[in-house]
Amino acid sequence: MNKDIRLLQGNEACALGAIYAGCDFFGGYPITPSTEIAEEMALLLPKKGGKFIQMEDEIAGIGTILGAAAAGAKAMTATSGPGFSLMMELLGYGCMAEIPCVIVNVQRGGPSTGLPTKGAQADMMQARWGTHGDHPTIALCPSSVEESFKLTVKAFNLAEKFRMPVILLLDEFIGHMREKMEMPAAGELELYTHPQPTVSPAEYTHYGDGTSVGGPYASMGSGYRFNITGLTHDQHGFPTGRSDEIQWKMDRLKDKIEKHRPELVEVDQEFMDDAEIAVFSYGGAARSAQQAIREARAKGIKAGLVRPTTIWPFPDQALEEILRRVKTMIVAEISQGQLLGEIQRLNQTHTKVIPVQRYDGEMLTPNEVLNAIVEVTK
Amino acid sequence: MRMHPSYEMLRPGKKFPHVWCPGCGHGIVQGAIIRAVQKLGWSRDEMVMVSGIGCSSRMPVYVDFNSLHTAHGRAIAFATGVKLHNPKLHVIVITGDGDALAIGGNHFIHAARRNADLTVILMNNNIYGMTGGQYSPTTPIGKRASTAPYGTAERDFDPCALAKAAGAAFTARGVAYNALELEKLIETALTKKGFSLVEAISPCPTLYGRLNKEGNAVKMLQWQKANTINIKAAEKLPMDQVTGKIITGIFHDVETVPYTEIYDRIIKKAQGK
Repeated sequence: MNKDIRLLQGNEACALGAIYAGCDFFGGYPITPSTEIAEEMALLLPKKGGKFIQMEDEIAGIGTILGAAAAGAKAMTATSGPGFSLMMELLGYGCMAEIPCVIVNVQRGGPSTGLPTKGAQADMMQARWGTHGDHPTIALCPSSVEESFKLTVKAFNLAEKFRMPVILLLDEFIGHMREKMEMPAAGELELYTHPQPTVSPAEYTHYGDGTSVGGPYASMGSGYRFNITGLTHDQHGFPTGRSDEIQWKMDRLKDKIEKHRPELVEVDQEFMDDAEIAVFSYGGAARSAQQAIREARAKGIKAGLVRPTTIWPFPDQALEEILRRVKTMIVAEISQGQLLGEIQRLNQTHTKVIPVQRYDGEMLTPNEVLNAIVEVTK
Repeated sequence: MRMHPSYEMLRPGKKFPHVWCPGCGHGIVQGAIIRAVQKLGWSRDEMVMVSGIGCSSRMPVYVDFNSLHTAHGRAIAFATGVKLHNPKLHVIVITGDGDALAIGGNHFIHAARRNADLTVILMNNNIYGMTGGQYSPTTPIGKRASTAPYGTAERDFDPCALAKAAGAAFTARGVAYNALELEKLIETALTKKGFSLVEAISPCPTLYGRLNKEGNAVKMLQWQKANTINIKAAEKLPMDQVTGKIITGIFHDVETVPYTEIYDRIIKKAQGK
């Protein structure tokens, strides 16, 4: 069989990944630089019997996908900066009500209207803490067009399994970059769909399976009647003010991340076996970091790349181990230090940490990272 | 022992007693909705009740349908997703005057414009009850609220006129006092294709009534009785006998093709059928 090789934008690959993953519902609102995802979904979804709806704003965009997902859809929305800010309240609703969905944020420069057509990586902390209250977060961060496709598929799988919104934290650089990629054949990538309950409706409790990861849950209209609310609730989904039930719910939300970190966290490493200088970077910036460590190696410098594809939960364990091992860690990001702060939090061994940052709307260049590496060796 | 006719549609033993104050009209509206669904013979499994935040929006917890209690103002956005994904479900939106017309105003008009196949029951008590009596988009000008201690300076919305102007297929108004008329209006709205609105005027004696010295629950219902005119009767009366009254009945009723059906045609077109 011939290989299906295409020249695609990161945003297009994201939409195609969603279709591959079985997405059958998209609701959203146009915003640069994410709009190509909505346009692609508007074209592709009805062909396979899925539904696309352009809502009146981003709040309605996430609201409608949460409704569709509660009724059993594999649902997605895509947005950027200001739209992501508008979605924050309902992102928390999705976490609390445990509704699976995928939220794509193609990061652009901020704050406010900022830089609609220029990339950034400064929504990392908003992805983690933008909605109020303690809550679980899963965010994946592609560095290539191919990863944009594959991590969108993974985002759907994790949403289904962990029963929660999963954020795909793209950035404008990857979203609008064109690269060739080989399309995965049908069945090549694993797809996960949550199991349906098998107990009788009378025995069913919507949050009562004892675990929030991998357990069965029903859709509205399937014959299992239950209540969903954003209020803190008991295992039936009914609002509660009882301390023991509140504790149960909050632990349940926390544990679904904390007890499954190994399954969630993925970190790509290059030349790290003997590296004395590690460059830590994700998303678009990691492409420049990758080029920089390769050029440093060509100069005989023992540099390596640490590149997470899961930014939340943060790869604490892997980072702590690397921080103990290397002499210097360079943190390359397109923000004023959101990534740096996490490294400093983990740096108990007082390894030398050097920031390389750019936030003027331009891509961090390989030379800027390379210069920092060379500077360390002087 | 005979059960109350609504009993089979409720969730006794779970979240009762309800949060509504003595004398609140919301329970009457809930009863009217349940009886309308019972008359239509629809199964609880095919009913979805979606609400926002506020006193009225607590209803889905009490009624044994598929129930979705969403965030403030957002019920219609969620409901649009439920209905579009599974058009076989009957989707009722329960909302209040603040929820639907202030924070959720944008979703309200756009759902009417796109003719989303939803039945919206807007329980209008002219005030924010759950937060303690602040003025809402339907508090009449000059009336008092906890945030309008000298009377409001703002004009109020007519939800039925707003929905009609935005493109709704059906708009009607009933009052808690006339529960039978309200039930009939809800039944008609539920069978209507496209966006249907029933505004249910529901007295709030605890906050609106107290702040505006309108008396207790009985007096407020008596006031409704004395000041409500059905649109058919109102049309025959001189203007001065209608001004200041609550007009009930069906205001707007047109045959439309709902959004979900038009989208089905789009699917066929995309698939080349």
